[in-house]
Amino acid sequence: MTAELIHRLHFAFTITFHYLFPQLTMGLGLLIVVIKSVALRTGSEQWDRAARFWGRIFGINFVFGVVTGIPMEFEFGTNWARFSRLSGGVIGQPLAMEGVFSFFLESAFLGLFLYGEKRISKWMHWFAAFMVFVGSWISGFFIIVTDAWMQHPVAFERLPNGQFQVLSFWQLLLNPWALLQYAHNMTGAVVTGSFVMAATGAFYLLEERMENYARIFLKVGVVAGLVSTILIIFPTGDLHGKYVARNQPAAIAGMEGLFKTENGAGMVLIGQPNEETGQIDNPIVVNDLLSFLIYGTTKAEVKGLDQIPRDQWPTALPLLYYAYHIMAGLGTWFVLLMIVSAFLLWRKRLYTSRWALWALLLSFPLPYIANTAGWMTAELGRQPWLIYGLMRTSEGYSSTVSASNGLFTLLGFMGLYTLLAILFTVLIYREISNGPEPKTVEAEAVHAD
Amino acid sequence: MMGFLWFWLVAVMIVGYVVLDGFDLGVGVLHLFLVRTEEDRRATLASIGPVWDGNEVWLLAGGGTLYFAFPLLYASAFSGFYLPLMIVLWLLVLRGISLELRNHIDVGVWRALLDGVFGLSSALLAVFFGAALANVLRGVPLQDDGYFFLPLWTNWQPGPHPGILDWYTIIGGLVALIALTLHGALWLTIKATGELAHRARRIVGPLCLQLAAVTVVSLAATIHVRHASLDNYFNYPFTCVVPVGVVASLAGIWLFNRSPQRPQPVKAFLCSCFYLFFMLAGACWGLYPTLLPATTGPDRDITLAKAISGPHTLAVGLAWWSFGMALAIAYIVFVYTRFKGKVDLGSAAH
Repeated sequence: MTAELIHRLHFAFTITFHYLFPQLTMGLGLLIVVIKSVALRTGSEQWDRAARFWGRIFGINFVFGVVTGIPMEFEFGTNWARFSRLSGGVIGQPLAMEGVFSFFLESAFLGLFLYGEKRISKWMHWFAAFMVFVGSWISGFFIIVTDAWMQHPVAFERLPNGQFQVLSFWQLLLNPWALLQYAHNMTGAVVTGSFVMAATGAFYLLEERMENYARIFLKVGVVAGLVSTILIIFPTGDLHGKYVARNQPAAIAGMEGLFKTENGAGMVLIGQPNEETGQIDNPIVVNDLLSFLIYGTTKAEVKGLDQIPRDQWPTALPLLYYAYHIMAGLGTWFVLLMIVSAFLLWRKRLYTSRWALWALLLSFPLPYIANTAGWMTAELGRQPWLIYGLMRTSEGYSSTVSASNGLFTLLGFMGLYTLLAILFTVLIYREISNGPEPKTVEAEAVHAD
Repeated sequence: MMGFLWFWLVAVMIVGYVVLDGFDLGVGVLHLFLVRTEEDRRATLASIGPVWDGNEVWLLAGGGTLYFAFPLLYASAFSGFYLPLMIVLWLLVLRGISLELRNHIDVGVWRALLDGVFGLSSALLAVFFGAALANVLRGVPLQDDGYFFLPLWTNWQPGPHPGILDWYTIIGGLVALIALTLHGALWLTIKATGELAHRARRIVGPLCLQLAAVTVVSLAATIHVRHASLDNYFNYPFTCVVPVGVVASLAGIWLFNRSPQRPQPVKAFLCSCFYLFFMLAGACWGLYPTLLPATTGPDRDITLAKAISGPHTLAVGLAWWSFGMALAIAYIVFVYTRFKGKVDLGSAAH
């Protein structure tokens, strides 16, 4: 195993595990604000308890997100030193801004939200929830800005020593790639939050417990789920895809498995790309669809991999293709499920339709898979570049850290994160089986603080 | 000028981190042997519960600031200190998890395990941070290309090819362990009540004496390992106010904690903050304008001039940094005033 591969796996493993937690907190942050708002308007103790319950779930996820997030900032330096040395003047800025603008705010108001309900007024508690939501979304923004600059570098110049320097603060933050990716990514986080909330509601109804809360969770989860699953495809996914197609033709060709340039390119729904023959095996294709989706006309030319020099093909082509297809396939399922569930909710039949509840319950892991696959699509599509068109991945890893040392710490992280995964599962299972209803008045007093 | 400014801005972030996260690390260490009952433990943990996470943000914000202001230093030091940094990361993960999760499951074995993990990881982190600073002061075997890689240990001697751990950096670790334990004890004298506060106050005196002793040893050792550390002090004699400040802060801790009629825990704690500030500022001043000395010859030192980012980057950075940190300090003051006063277990559990 080469050092380059180890460093890539190191970052990929730690970031993939990390992102399981923020995608829920960012989505849930918004939904908690919605629930708190209803509680504040109606004065309903039940909605307040629902908010406290999701606050506890949020809190557990937040802690796991924090502790697995700290290594990410370090790894830019530890594992990607040559990249950091040249690009630190640009991407160090949004990373530092995340700490300064988001983490201070988030940690301050989360402490207040979770520990301070009795010390502050109802309005202030709502405001704390709102600020936690804002903090988590700001945090997401700066990470997207960092990634977007690597995908689509803007507003920079190179100094004589090769380092990149920021030319415009606002152009860096308002990178069109970043705005599109942010909209798509945050909608994805809301999808995860909605599915988890709806699945919890479905679980309680199927178990015939906590039914009052289950209805709240299903109502909020399905409505937010319907809106977010539509938005994730149109317009956010659609616009983002078009922008990728214009700026990273190799990525889109790899994602779609398009080996040959075609006028009126079809979209492959299922099939396995074969790099040796340059074909899709066992294909099911919708004719002309790809040209239409990218350019709005069925006859437009879409660049295939045949027009891209072999040394600029995405390095893990089949994985890129599968990641994209898994994301898109699951996205389609999400919309169908949520349209049906929302229809049943409207007809007041959702709470009694056991098949729909089962489908919602079993679907909760799928948004995690789709979000992960989406990020894999973005990052594998960028390969073989670390900074698109400017710096190759093979030029960026730490040359002084050997493959063996990298493997040592990668194995260490794998062990540690296995432990975390077990702890997390136990704790979430426990919170969900305890449920939002306080067992006794005394327990309520403890939990409220 | 920009170089001078950013050197000290990064130094301020590091001091901010050590002063704030320092007391919760210290509380973690004390948690191993100062507490007797479950009540004590809950009070100890509740004293840092709402703030530790915000304190740790200083490390991230400081790291990020270092990253864009001195990318060469960030790249070189983080990859060169690869192994100890990874261990620090693992400890930070274990510590955060054990602190937050102990109260979620009411089972004795579970709590005992997590309490142990929390205490040990806190102690090891304090030692590692001290040793890390000592590594920077001693210097590292920089190559021509500005990179290096340090093994965890070699022959335990600070020579041209040292390891992370040698007798000098172990002294550094010891200073940090004692200083932060003392810092945590002083925090508990402010936040805790009853018997626990009393025990915390009693332990301050001995810790203060030990700290004075290791401080003197560490200063002598630093001068022995790197004579150049004194240059700035000789060239600008008024900066000798820094070592005077160290001594005065130690004396302050002792006196404010001792005064028999009315101990003044807040003032003693502030003196401890000043101690940490003077020690770190003094170390930075001993280095300036070098950022990371080379044990392989002074022409390989990573200096301010070599490592500083482009002027436009720094100008852009200064604008948002000042605004952002002003906001951050406002939140921090807000949170600390909300949770000020003694820990009230009735309302502090979650």
